[in-house]
Amino acid sequence: MTELTDLYISEALELLEKKEISSEELTKAHLKEMEKARFLNAYITETPELALEQARLSDQRRSAGIQPKPLEGIPIANKDLYCTKGIRTTAASKILSNFIPPYESTVTQKLKDAGTIMLGKVNTDQFAMGGSTMTSYFGVTKNPWTDENGEYNLVPGGSSGGSAAAVSAGLCMGATGSDTGGSIRQPASFCGITGIKPTYGRCSRYGIVAFASSLDQAGPMARSVKDCALLLREIAGFDLHDSTVSDLPVPDYTKALTGDIRGKKIGIPKEYRPEGLNSEVARIWDQGIQFLKDAGAEVIDVSLPHTKYALPVYYIIACAEASSNLSRYDGVRYTTRVDGKTLDEMYENTRTDGFGAEVVRRILLGTFVLSAGFYDAYYIRAQRVRRLIYEDFQKVFKTVDALLVPAAPTPALSYEAMKNMSPVDTYLGDVFTTPSSLAGVPALSLPIGLSNNGLPIGLQVIGNHFDENTVFQIADVLEKQAGFEKRTHRVKG
Amino acid sequence: MSFNETTIQNISKLARLRLPEDQQQKFMTDIAGILDWVEQLKEVDIEHIEPLVSVSTRQKAERKDEVSVGNLQTELMECAPDSIQGFYVVPKMVE
Amino acid sequence: MYTIKGKTTEWELVIGLEVHCQIISKSKVFSGASTAFGAEQNTHVSFIDAAFPGMLPVVNEKCIEQCVKTGMGLNAVINKYSRFDRKNYFYADLPQGYQISQLYHPIVGEGFIEVTTSEGTRKIGVERLHLEQDAGKSIHDMSPTKSFIDLNRCGVGLMEIVSKPDMHSPEEAGEYLRQLRAIVRALGTCDGNMDEGSMRCDANISVRPVGSTELRQRVEVKNVNSVRFVMEAIEIEANRQVELYEAGQTFSQETRLFDSVNKETRPMRSKENANDYRYFPDPDLLPVILTDEYIENIRRNLPELPEAKKKRYVSELGLTPYDAGVLTADTETSAYFETAIKGQDPKKVANWIMGDLFAFLNKTNIHISESPIKANQLGALVELITNGTISGKIAKEVFEIMTQTGKDPAVIVDEKGLKQVSDTGAIDALIRDILAANADKVAEIKAGKDKLKGWFVGQIMKASQGKVNPALANQLLEKQLDSWS
Repeated sequence: MTELTDLYISEALELLEKKEISSEELTKAHLKEMEKARFLNAYITETPELALEQARLSDQRRSAGIQPKPLEGIPIANKDLYCTKGIRTTAASKILSNFIPPYESTVTQKLKDAGTIMLGKVNTDQFAMGGSTMTSYFGVTKNPWTDENGEYNLVPGGSSGGSAAAVSAGLCMGATGSDTGGSIRQPASFCGITGIKPTYGRCSRYGIVAFASSLDQAGPMARSVKDCALLLREIAGFDLHDSTVSDLPVPDYTKALTGDIRGKKIGIPKEYRPEGLNSEVARIWDQGIQFLKDAGAEVIDVSLPHTKYALPVYYIIACAEASSNLSRYDGVRYTTRVDGKTLDEMYENTRTDGFGAEVVRRILLGTFVLSAGFYDAYYIRAQRVRRLIYEDFQKVFKTVDALLVPAAPTPALSYEAMKNMSPVDTYLGDVFTTPSSLAGVPALSLPIGLSNNGLPIGLQVIGNHFDENTVFQIADVLEKQAGFEKRTHRVKG
Repeated sequence: MSFNETTIQNISKLARLRLPEDQQQKFMTDIAGILDWVEQLKEVDIEHIEPLVSVSTRQKAERKDEVSVGNLQTELMECAPDSIQGFYVVPKMVE
Repeated sequence: MYTIKGKTTEWELVIGLEVHCQIISKSKVFSGASTAFGAEQNTHVSFIDAAFPGMLPVVNEKCIEQCVKTGMGLNAVINKYSRFDRKNYFYADLPQGYQISQLYHPIVGEGFIEVTTSEGTRKIGVERLHLEQDAGKSIHDMSPTKSFIDLNRCGVGLMEIVSKPDMHSPEEAGEYLRQLRAIVRALGTCDGNMDEGSMRCDANISVRPVGSTELRQRVEVKNVNSVRFVMEAIEIEANRQVELYEAGQTFSQETRLFDSVNKETRPMRSKENANDYRYFPDPDLLPVILTDEYIENIRRNLPELPEAKKKRYVSELGLTPYDAGVLTADTETSAYFETAIKGQDPKKVANWIMGDLFAFLNKTNIHISESPIKANQLGALVELITNGTISGKIAKEVFEIMTQTGKDPAVIVDEKGLKQVSDTGAIDALIRDILAANADKVAEIKAGKDKLKGWFVGQIMKASQGKVNPALANQLLEKQLDSWS
């Protein structure tokens, strides 16, 4: 039998239903694996007692013959950006390092209601700002995939790097991530797993520590397309507490996994193949295109002319919103406080002590682009270009059903490589993910193949607004065609 | 673009962040670099293009006028770094 | 025209008012916490109001409706598209680090308020009305080194109503404020209590030589919490500016506080003047889109506004403009008046309200809505006088008893036997007795001493304890004297 931690959610649900395994066994297996892989630093907070208690209750419900909930007994992890009632929520920052929310985020509440077991809170870049988890106050997370010397030297990507590493290493069956400019899709690619950033407004943002409100979107990460579909079905949907969340009904995404994409039109935008594109990424992309053709889809060359402006637009808008969203961390009502003689001194002491360098950099940039005399030149200009990027997608989805593009410009990088980069160089890592974030369209990243050094490389399937069904349908076929070994990448020892 | 010492001092004051002397230089260089890179947006013809504020497709989001929250004083004060008799406490402010 | 006569020249004032009106609604503008005034500190605070991580605002539909209503009361353009912006600044009573307001697209555009002063009636322009959230309260006097924060008020809906710099005297500004207060009260959108802070006023004041059209440096005076103080603050600040100009000095655009005790304005110590608010559209909120149907529906159900009511009282009820103004100054008074006049002469009722009733209410410090004499009871009292049941003099007595007991006037008249005697037979008998007992005086009248007739009327009233209708008594007396032999 497959190791319990290697199971897909869809498989585990069947075994639980047949009473071949119990949720307690499943949960214990994951807790054991978490202990073994603690050196990866995937979790900021582990909640084993709570998990076991929830698992036992779940088993009791099953044995009592109560209609099982949709994800009854499935152990998952939550990105430490989601507020969880009574359980520390840090946003991987010093300033929130002792924060225990007295409320629950909508998404994690929905997961609870769906019968899942929470194993703990996983690492992220501080306030989700970064692409490596290196900005976390709680230390970096290691990618469970090793470098050519077999060393754990690679970043898991970010900001949902803890989620990606935990899913990949079998430290949970699925996890929540959040994606502002690629924070689900890039780490999924780095760690060889699947993750979807749904349409903006598909999931409620209530209770998720905000980074950039017009871009932040919750989404699931798991080891298969089907598992992502199962998770998204539970976490998506209307919420009275979020003005921007959609009131459209949530379909059963698993029904979209028909295995048949014959006649589907898939666009390949030329702007995603800039000069100097990493040859291994290009090779995997070509492979993906071939898979689609083999499956009977119609592959069409398309153009999204404003693609190259997405990154600067993204950084202006995201940082502007962040500078305002992070003003609430002032040491008055929660968070740790560093005292001062005057109110302003206390503010400065608290915030200077509580925020890491990347967060400070982005607050400063955001403050600047909103400041008197620069607002029109930077912020308003960025919003205008954002409309052009949005319209690019609107136009292209009149002729195609979905797009296939790379998820990240490279496979997972080493810490050393990341450390020596300038901020702009690290921002370039989001080049393939920010356009769809700005347009608000759904985009799923799944692993297709390996680099020459044996590292996973993912591709993105991008769909039209609220057409997650088509995204899942195509990704499911690609997954089967690629035959990528998507079982757990368990740590040695 | 002249993003200089005065600018970064003003900006950090607005953001209530105090940058140590050595770091100030680093942040200044970083942000100046980012702003240079952002300059490419000037190539785009944005005349007659309306700024895009949100991609939310929701038409209306209004609440009924109902009191849905009770007394949370205890919960609020438990989270507070400094409080007394249900008040938040901060260093003395001037009007 | 109101001017300040300086040593060198004569100066006129240019005044604009920014009035913050707390919206009447059960819950706050972006959260479900209660807006009730006077609760224990931090007990009406949601996690949204305290800006906890991940908390999001959702707008209260009632607050939008209240803004639209008020906009209509200001004869203003209702904007079908409006939007929320964040005004970013740090302060201990502003948990988010920004105030949600409407800078770029306010919900209400230009309008006006008609204001009547000793110089006549003028329309004062309203620039805009926008919806925003109130801040919490900072308490500075409980500790020498600390300030205390109460967030109960934080997030209560506010309408900021900005006038054009259209006013030129303290009187005009005072009337504008009174009229605005009457409008929001009539509409039920704000209770207008300046002493409780639910209506607050900042005044922008500048001066210029009479005849000039320039706009000189203006000073914003904050913290003025009554109509009288607003008028005083304007006068004091304008005089300060005139003195500076005449002394050849300049001053900067600044914010000052009005000190109502020392009768002066002084600069604010905080560095608010140097702030850069970095307004930008709030990405957590959708634009507010109003349909024609929605707007028309509110317009149809709008109550009569004070100005229209006043005009109607003059033209239809024959009241003087002054009386009409007094009776329409607030909704409770006009509602009282309109109940009391049912079937009665409005002018007589108005005299009773503005005379005896107001005197009593003022003396006892009771609001008209709490008056022990209900409106219909006052109407009934006027009816008793009109139909001759009691005299005006007895009515005063009845009124007095009504204030103490709250009883219906008819009941009091009955109980105390105050009814006017109008049975001519009984009165005739009474007169006959009095004449018989004073035959000498009758003789004197017969001899031409007409003055004594008054003495007889007095005797009749005395004997009847005032219950005889004096006119009737006179008439019957004449008759008996004529036939006396």
